[in-house]
Amino acid sequence: MTSSTPNADISGAGKPRVGLFVTCLVDMFRPTVGFSAVKLLEEAGCEVDVPMDQTCCGQPAFNSGDKASAKKVARPLIDMFADYDYVVAPSGSCAGMIKKHFPELFADEPAMLDQVNALSAKTHELVSFLTDVMKIDAVAASFEGKVTYHDSCSGLRELGVKQQPRKLLNSVQGLEISELSEPESCCGFGGTFCVKYPEISGKMVGEKTDDIKSTGAKTLLAGDMGCLMNMAGKLAREGSDIEVRHVAEVLADMTMEAAPIAGKKGEQAS
Amino acid sequence: MNVSTSPKFKENVHGALRDESLQRALGRLKTGFRDKRLAAINNLPEFEALRDQACDIKNHTLENLDHYLLKFEENVKANGGHVHWCADAAEARETVLRICRDKDAKSVLKGKSMISEEIGLNDFLEKEDLKVVETDLGEYIIQLRHEPPSHIIAPAIHVHKEQVADSFRETHKGRDPNRSLAEPRELLDEAREVMREHFFAADIGITGANFLIAETGTSVIVTNEGNGDLTQTLSRVHIAIASLEKVVPTLEDASSILRVLARSATGQEMSSYTTFSTGPRREDDLDGPQEYHVILLDNGRSNMLGTEFQDMLRCIRCAACMNHCPVYGAVGGHAYGWVYPGPMGSVLTPSLIGVDEAGHLPNASTFCGKCEEVCPMRIPLPKMMRHWREREFEKHLSPASMRFGIKAWAFLASRPRLYRTATGLAAKVMNKMAGGRGRLAKLPLAGGWTQIRDLPAPQGQNGKTFKELWAEKQAQKARGSK
Repeated sequence: MTSSTPNADISGAGKPRVGLFVTCLVDMFRPTVGFSAVKLLEEAGCEVDVPMDQTCCGQPAFNSGDKASAKKVARPLIDMFADYDYVVAPSGSCAGMIKKHFPELFADEPAMLDQVNALSAKTHELVSFLTDVMKIDAVAASFEGKVTYHDSCSGLRELGVKQQPRKLLNSVQGLEISELSEPESCCGFGGTFCVKYPEISGKMVGEKTDDIKSTGAKTLLAGDMGCLMNMAGKLAREGSDIEVRHVAEVLADMTMEAAPIAGKKGEQAS
Repeated sequence: MNVSTSPKFKENVHGALRDESLQRALGRLKTGFRDKRLAAINNLPEFEALRDQACDIKNHTLENLDHYLLKFEENVKANGGHVHWCADAAEARETVLRICRDKDAKSVLKGKSMISEEIGLNDFLEKEDLKVVETDLGEYIIQLRHEPPSHIIAPAIHVHKEQVADSFRETHKGRDPNRSLAEPRELLDEAREVMREHFFAADIGITGANFLIAETGTSVIVTNEGNGDLTQTLSRVHIAIASLEKVVPTLEDASSILRVLARSATGQEMSSYTTFSTGPRREDDLDGPQEYHVILLDNGRSNMLGTEFQDMLRCIRCAACMNHCPVYGAVGGHAYGWVYPGPMGSVLTPSLIGVDEAGHLPNASTFCGKCEEVCPMRIPLPKMMRHWREREFEKHLSPASMRFGIKAWAFLASRPRLYRTATGLAAKVMNKMAGGRGRLAKLPLAGGWTQIRDLPAPQGQNGKTFKELWAEKQAQKARGSK
């Protein structure tokens, strides 16, 4: 990885210590994304640690109106990540939950506010952390071919993640970006929405996969596992051979470590 | 009040998604509204500042609503008009009827008014043997089709011009049956001719109001057809019906908000007509109504003040939220089952008809945030939909399976060791079931997912979680360093 400015001493006291918030979907479905994040962060000059007691950010409960459950799941994270300089997640949605919604979730507990605000302030989505905090503007990776990129809603609208992934992808050898006609329109995942209202979700993801196919890209990238699994699952159901990956796998040059998300064309799903 | 079909939201959605004509019509939202809005905003560098200003005006007014409403009333009276405070839909309907009866009215002309839809005014007046004619072309079309509006500023957005021609042929008797009605212009001309006769014959003109101006006692409407002007100036009596939150302190305030309204709605700098009505005709006025009445409707608004839903009362009904909403774009307005569709409806409808009735609406959102991004009044619509979900959860209105699922998940997710075991096991089971194909077409309890897409299986052959693999690596490292 290359960097415009040396950043090993960004905190002024050795390497910045990053607590990786793995996210539950990466943990269960796509470990390679976690290892890609670790690699990218280490190459950017961070010391990375993974608190093993982390589970989930609480978003499913929060968005279902169950604040008590959301707090129960969210509360341990506040202490667990207190000692790190930064908390980084390979997801705009989970990072957005901690950064934007934890202060709202704990608004009725004034005693918690300082800690929650501190956690919020140091929490970042992975790619924007690399570019905006660690000032990375290029990566040492290669990936042949045309890719397209979906802007996940939470990352885009809650955290302003838009140019950052494109900037780093443009430094990947052999990679060409072919933009979607509507890169900012929702893919229809929406957490529990996609199982509560499958028909609407199906219509939305169908429009998204049509858009993806019309770009001529052979690979679809995005920064959130929820959206990726939704789009990959739909593409697979439609028999498309477009490969789907988390953007971190490409940036970390780890695409050889794992087959794309979902299966290849011609293989009947069980 | 209008009967809602919101409880049948899922059935409505099912039908809407299979309605090819509707789907074709919804495809027009992008070029019809979204592209135009964007162009208009890109042309106005101070747009963001104007949004802030517009929000401030409304916030200030809502904090002092009683003061400005009383001031408005005082000034309407000073101009010779009448103000009727109506707590609910029934009172508003009865008040309108009473005015009609007092004037011995036979016919009522209507300008476009969402409040009149909210209180079910047309049906009510027709049952009382009054002839009611909508004068906004879109409203007129859906009146002929006996349908409610499917959009708050483009009520007939779901209707194609061929369907309009059919309605006209059926309704406009005594015209050449072979006349051409293929072009929008021809439809418009015929509508104008028919409408003109109604205008001259009208007893009562009812309009809505985009603003009520406290300092002058003025009601303001914006239209693109000029029908509102004719409705209120040619009728003997003008009744403006408006909900409480439409009031703003000054003319200057109204003009500030007007600058964001049309741009957000249709991408116009201003609507074609912005009409200010202040009292009845004065002695030396050439035209205007003999009487001017304002119906001030509460119908649930005052209950929203001081709650987490107060911000919703900033809404100026521009429809930018629904024009940009992927859910609205997929299913259209009728699926929402009541008067107000889209994100603003998903927040407002539960406030007005109850969350037990409209519970689906705030749930049918991915929280993509586009509505909040485009709302000129910066209403945090997703946040307020979440607040409704919280109310539903508290009232045990959310489905039992969902409640159980969330509680079970929270139980696990707050026990790290158990969580690691359970997720590790689940990953391996799914992996086994996928059998090397990397995806599952069916999975117990995941029908909502697999109905429309495969489920990508956990990565790799062994289905180990990241934390398992990380722990193995750390152990290897530790052994290596010994």
